[in-house]
Amino acid sequence: MSLWEYANPVKFLNLSTRALPWVSALSVICLIVGLIWGFFFTPDDYRMGSTVKIIYIHVPAALMAINSWFMMLVASLIWLIRRHHVSALAAKAAAPVGLVMTLIALITGAIWGQPMWGTWWAWDPRLTSFLILFQFYIGYLALWKSIENPDSAADLTSILCIVGSVFAVLSRYAVNFWNQGLHQGASLSLDKEKNVADVFYQPLLLSIAGFVFLFLTLVLIGTRSEIRIRRASVIAARKLLL
Amino acid sequence: MVLSVLDLCVSRSSQVLLANVSFELAAGQALILKGPNGLGKTTLLRAITGLQPALSGQIIAGEDSFAYAAHADGVKPSLTVAENLQFWADIFDNQDISSALSAFDLNELKSRFAGMLSAGQKRRLGLARMLITNRPVWVLDEPSVSLDKASITQLEEVIKQHLQNGGAALIVTHGHLDLGSSCRTLSLDRYKFNRGVYDDAEAFL
Amino acid sequence: MRIVLLRDLKLAMRVGGGFGLAIMFFLILVVLVPFGIGPDAALLSAISPGILWIGALLACLLSLDRIFSLDYEDGTLDHLAIAPLPLESVVLAKATAHWLTTGLPLGLISPLLGLMLGLPIEGYLWLVLSLVLGTPALSVIGTFGAALTLGLKRGGLLLSVLVLPLYGPTLIFGAEVARRGSAGIELQTPLLMLLGLSFGVMAILPFASAAVLRINLR
Repeated sequence: MSLWEYANPVKFLNLSTRALPWVSALSVICLIVGLIWGFFFTPDDYRMGSTVKIIYIHVPAALMAINSWFMMLVASLIWLIRRHHVSALAAKAAAPVGLVMTLIALITGAIWGQPMWGTWWAWDPRLTSFLILFQFYIGYLALWKSIENPDSAADLTSILCIVGSVFAVLSRYAVNFWNQGLHQGASLSLDKEKNVADVFYQPLLLSIAGFVFLFLTLVLIGTRSEIRIRRASVIAARKLLL
Repeated sequence: MVLSVLDLCVSRSSQVLLANVSFELAAGQALILKGPNGLGKTTLLRAITGLQPALSGQIIAGEDSFAYAAHADGVKPSLTVAENLQFWADIFDNQDISSALSAFDLNELKSRFAGMLSAGQKRRLGLARMLITNRPVWVLDEPSVSLDKASITQLEEVIKQHLQNGGAALIVTHGHLDLGSSCRTLSLDRYKFNRGVYDDAEAFL
Repeated sequence: MRIVLLRDLKLAMRVGGGFGLAIMFFLILVVLVPFGIGPDAALLSAISPGILWIGALLACLLSLDRIFSLDYEDGTLDHLAIAPLPLESVVLAKATAHWLTTGLPLGLISPLLGLMLGLPIEGYLWLVLSLVLGTPALSVIGTFGAALTLGLKRGGLLLSVLVLPLYGPTLIFGAEVARRGSAGIELQTPLLMLLGLSFGVMAILPFASAAVLRINLR
């Protein structure tokens, strides 16, 4: 038995029906524990004061904003190569989630930036890159919306996603070149030495896990409804002929 | 055989229109496809020429066999008749446009802008392009629309000449074309697909 | 490829319109900027490279939807798709024709507008050079966008939404060259980046555009 079996829409629906309660429960638990721990049981930062606590939303949202695009890229490639409908629909379902994550990251960033840097917005490379990512999500969703034939829409948006990914990386370099900014380096990374103290790090990891499960939950729900919409139109097309 | 079609299924917007279409076309033969509007004739022709993917089945033909003419002829109004043909002659690496011009009686209109032609004249210009392509299999979608009687006779002569030279033609038409004994007619009605959507979409049920 | 290119140029000349309109748009846009910003010569001089680049970008953008639409409507694209030349070279020819009728003339006319905005004397060469070297990327990227929105009703606005984010890097490097040129500082890095970007998209993007065209033709 291979993983590709779940590329069948019906099998995917069955599997996701079983998985959804677990994934959503995990997401709720991780988020509640992580956020409460983070907000109420960690000390204030000696430099940033209590404003540091927005990190528990800002960093996970920013991570998911990028990972969601990455997931769309992988799903698009799978669609173009293996033509599994579920893959294309999952990419479609992930886009609005990624868009909202990008918005959350931008807004929480602005709220955090105001007391820290004294400004709501700065044309800092990181902020600007997220703004560009936001535009990419908008374009991708707009293209999905405007094409009627679902297979053509999946093909075209997949190609846009691939081209967009290349340009997103290019933009990142271009923006870095354009302005070396004020944003601190990544707060969290697996290969570098962590630069956030342990007290903040553990609840942060937990809320990141919460966001990952939240993302999974939303994408699963979104994909399921996309599958059902397609199913309804297939049934309608059949009725028309009989 | 210059063209063999085996069990071809074609669809438009996830809807299977024709299923298991099979026919063969030899050099020197013409095949006229008949069927009511909306049956999928144009879709079938586009699938055979490779403009759109077929759902299943096989199309066996030599590489670069097809020349295609449809409702839209690719005629540029701001170019003259000769320039229009010369463009396609350059694309197909064929320097002789004069025989194509005379075959459709376009010599007098040669230096006129295509935008000033009548619908029938434009149609003839579009069909003259077929002669320039040097391709063996002509795929003609409603070639006789807006042509008068004399022009239809001209078209028939040109197609017959093409068949005599070892070419073949696949034609969809509602009108009547007299192409002589080398022409068969195939009614597509019996290939109409009644069961609804295609296998790929069945996965959603 | 040359054949398609020559025909497109001939068509552009015959129809007129498109050839001059982008330049007129560019002129008007740049003249409008001082109305919005105020007549302060020092300020205008400082922002002139950026204004000229943004003006050129918008002028390019607005002429994109005509790249394929006529050939799509009259069936030429269908015939080209089964013609003996690859669709990739058709795409490249179209992009080149677009550049020759918009990007290149915009670049050549930009010194005149630079003069009106008080661009420093050191800047002219670099302004023209950056536009001439950078606008090919705009044309090629725009051709991809035009291919994506082919055959869509009200595709024009969508085209802008899709293409503008992709224009970011070109604008950044192009305007940086012009800006550094007018300030008289070292500009080798952005110039090389701009060149690399132009050649990079020319080499890769036509494949994506051709794939998109094939999907839209079916």
